[in-house]
Amino acid sequence: MKKIVLLAGAALLVLGACSNEEMVAGFDGPKIEVAAGENFAVDLQTALIEAGVGTRIELPAGTYKLVDGLSLDVAGVTLIGAGEGETILDFAGQQGAGEGLLVTSNDVVLQDFTIRDTAGDGIKSKGADGIIYRNVTVEWTGEPDADNGAYGVYPVESTNVLVDGVTVRGASDAGIYVGQSKNIIVRNSLAEYNVAGIEIENSSFADVYDNTTKNNTGGILVFDLPNLPVMGGHSTRIYNNDVYDNNTPNFAPPGNIVASVPSGTGVMIMANENVHIFNNKFANNRTVQVIVNAYINEFDDETYNPLPRNISIYDNEYSGGGEDPQGLLGEFAKAFGGRMTAIVWDGVTKWSGEESVDINLAINEADNIGFLSLGVGSYPVVEANLKPSPFRPGGKAGTAPSPVKLPQEQ
Amino acid sequence: MRFWAVICALFLISCADNPATSGPDLAVILADKPAKNLSDYGLIKKAEVGFQATSSLHAYELINPLFTDYAAKQRYVFVPEGKKAEAQKDDIVSFPVGTVLVKNFGYAPDMRMPDEGAFLVETRLLIHNEAGWKAYPYVWNKAQTEAIYAPVGKKLNIKTTSPDGTSLDFTYAVPNANQCKTCHQTGHDIIPIGPKARNLNHQGQLQNWVNWGMLAARPQEVSVVPNAFDLTAKLDTRARAYLDINCAHCHKAEGSASNSGLWLDWNETSSVRIGVQKHPTAAGRGAGGFIYVIDPGKPENSILPFRMLSNEAGIAMPELGRSLAHLEGVDLISDWISQMPEN
Repeated sequence: MKKIVLLAGAALLVLGACSNEEMVAGFDGPKIEVAAGENFAVDLQTALIEAGVGTRIELPAGTYKLVDGLSLDVAGVTLIGAGEGETILDFAGQQGAGEGLLVTSNDVVLQDFTIRDTAGDGIKSKGADGIIYRNVTVEWTGEPDADNGAYGVYPVESTNVLVDGVTVRGASDAGIYVGQSKNIIVRNSLAEYNVAGIEIENSSFADVYDNTTKNNTGGILVFDLPNLPVMGGHSTRIYNNDVYDNNTPNFAPPGNIVASVPSGTGVMIMANENVHIFNNKFANNRTVQVIVNAYINEFDDETYNPLPRNISIYDNEYSGGGEDPQGLLGEFAKAFGGRMTAIVWDGVTKWSGEESVDINLAINEADNIGFLSLGVGSYPVVEANLKPSPFRPGGKAGTAPSPVKLPQEQ
Repeated sequence: MRFWAVICALFLISCADNPATSGPDLAVILADKPAKNLSDYGLIKKAEVGFQATSSLHAYELINPLFTDYAAKQRYVFVPEGKKAEAQKDDIVSFPVGTVLVKNFGYAPDMRMPDEGAFLVETRLLIHNEAGWKAYPYVWNKAQTEAIYAPVGKKLNIKTTSPDGTSLDFTYAVPNANQCKTCHQTGHDIIPIGPKARNLNHQGQLQNWVNWGMLAARPQEVSVVPNAFDLTAKLDTRARAYLDINCAHCHKAEGSASNSGLWLDWNETSSVRIGVQKHPTAAGRGAGGFIYVIDPGKPENSILPFRMLSNEAGIAMPELGRSLAHLEGVDLISDWISQMPEN
């Protein structure tokens, strides 16, 4: 107890001028209350810099204009507002930094506030192990716009990531994006009007469940991309999610990989391994409910496997969808009466010059759930070589990855 | 109690009597927390106008400086007496505990005559204490008699004429303490950026350091980066030297931008890693609608010069440390991309 008092005392000396400092009942550590008012931005950034390890920084209700990005590099800090839509950090007019809030320390909790209209990404946490995003909203107001920031919630190069009860709207890339990380849970969250609702990229051991992704361009994406420091993404479970009406036109700036996702995509699995998709409800994704495909671009990276492997799709509910397929799938669909099946595989089994392999795609759905292999064989697409087939490839579902357990929940 | 009072009194008197002789205060330098005033470290003369270095500070110059809104910079290093730094072929010089790296940022009303009416904006310190390097920003007062610790940085309006005669009126951003870390980060540590042997190895500088007793020895072998704006050097090495000092502190395996996979260190050999036909990773609208970081032969289609030229948050690179584009740097990188053979 003495140590905590000392910490609080030290913080008091530094911050006493701008904030209230006291011990919190039921909270065993130092606390800083950032006061509302003209100096809010400076007081908040000061608190984020000078807080001791384990400090709880409280933000009052209200809307606060910020023109520069915030950053936190102190371990164990909880940054907590008065609630989503109650405490609003408004970055319209942001002049500096690549994101609204950058976290680079471990064991941080971000909770109960809204971040709005950042110039770049919303909240980025990099190399920040054990982070919790809980009941946080990140949004870009107005219509979906290519000038919106890329990612809403953006943990990267981190271990033990929890995204729980988060809402993201309007991201021009992915609403909730977890990249180059491992041990990940994304749950109870809402992603809407983003290009990608939820994206797990170059990551391993991820559970994505009890989320709603609607009105995005694509609902949930699991990708692995070349030429990145962390590759070989694998072992993701996508279950108990509602994935519907992801029909927003793609508004991603060209060049970014999600710009290639056709509007109307439910779930897309690209070049990843051991992904299980089950017990989800798919509805009215106009291009395709679930698509499994290889990486589509040329690449120069010997360590990269561009094929999806060991992908299992089972026990999902499907309604509507595929009635107005967009992009390349729309072109294909012309040969099939203009509609696309619920589940599509590009049928790529090899990369140029290499031997064909069995990628083990297992589909265990009711017989009336449509499937189509485009029979592309290998990229780039050569029309004359296409061998489309309605027959499921007959892969065997392996054991699903074990549930992800996070130390911050034990 | 009385003993300390006497000591303090003696100290105060000696300071007041003879400010020029107060030397570096290692207790302040090695403290966990930054001092409130820049002069508290004993590295500059107190109560004088401007930055009056004591004899414990040695000025040094980099072959290539990092661009900061056309600010004039002065660099100094303090190494505690009896201790020595060590230099390896290519790395950051390994400085002993107690070292302070000092960097002043200032302007003159007309940067074509940088000494006339020059004023200091900020001084950044990198202090090597027992726990590692610390990065602290100090902002100079109007009277130029002291710089005060500014953990949250500061925004300042600057009006000046640039070295090429352009009128500039812009908001200069003194970085906050975390932003200092963002650029100086390697893994979870903070390290200096400029003083790598390869960037110090000119004008007999490393030998001077040895002569002054600051450096144990000149490294056996040192690679030398060319001055990025020396037209007699090869364009390729000039461009790589420029990216090395302006970008690679974040764009490297252990840097803040590691996850981009775009690594711009002088020693990087993979053409994809330095951006040639590399797709953007997490660029969003920062990609500017372009497909590649570097589209060989086509700077106008390349993300790299596009982001260097932009001053807009969310697009501009570097993200921190500049409000203006470095037009000469953009030209250099554009020329370099132009001469790459198209595929």
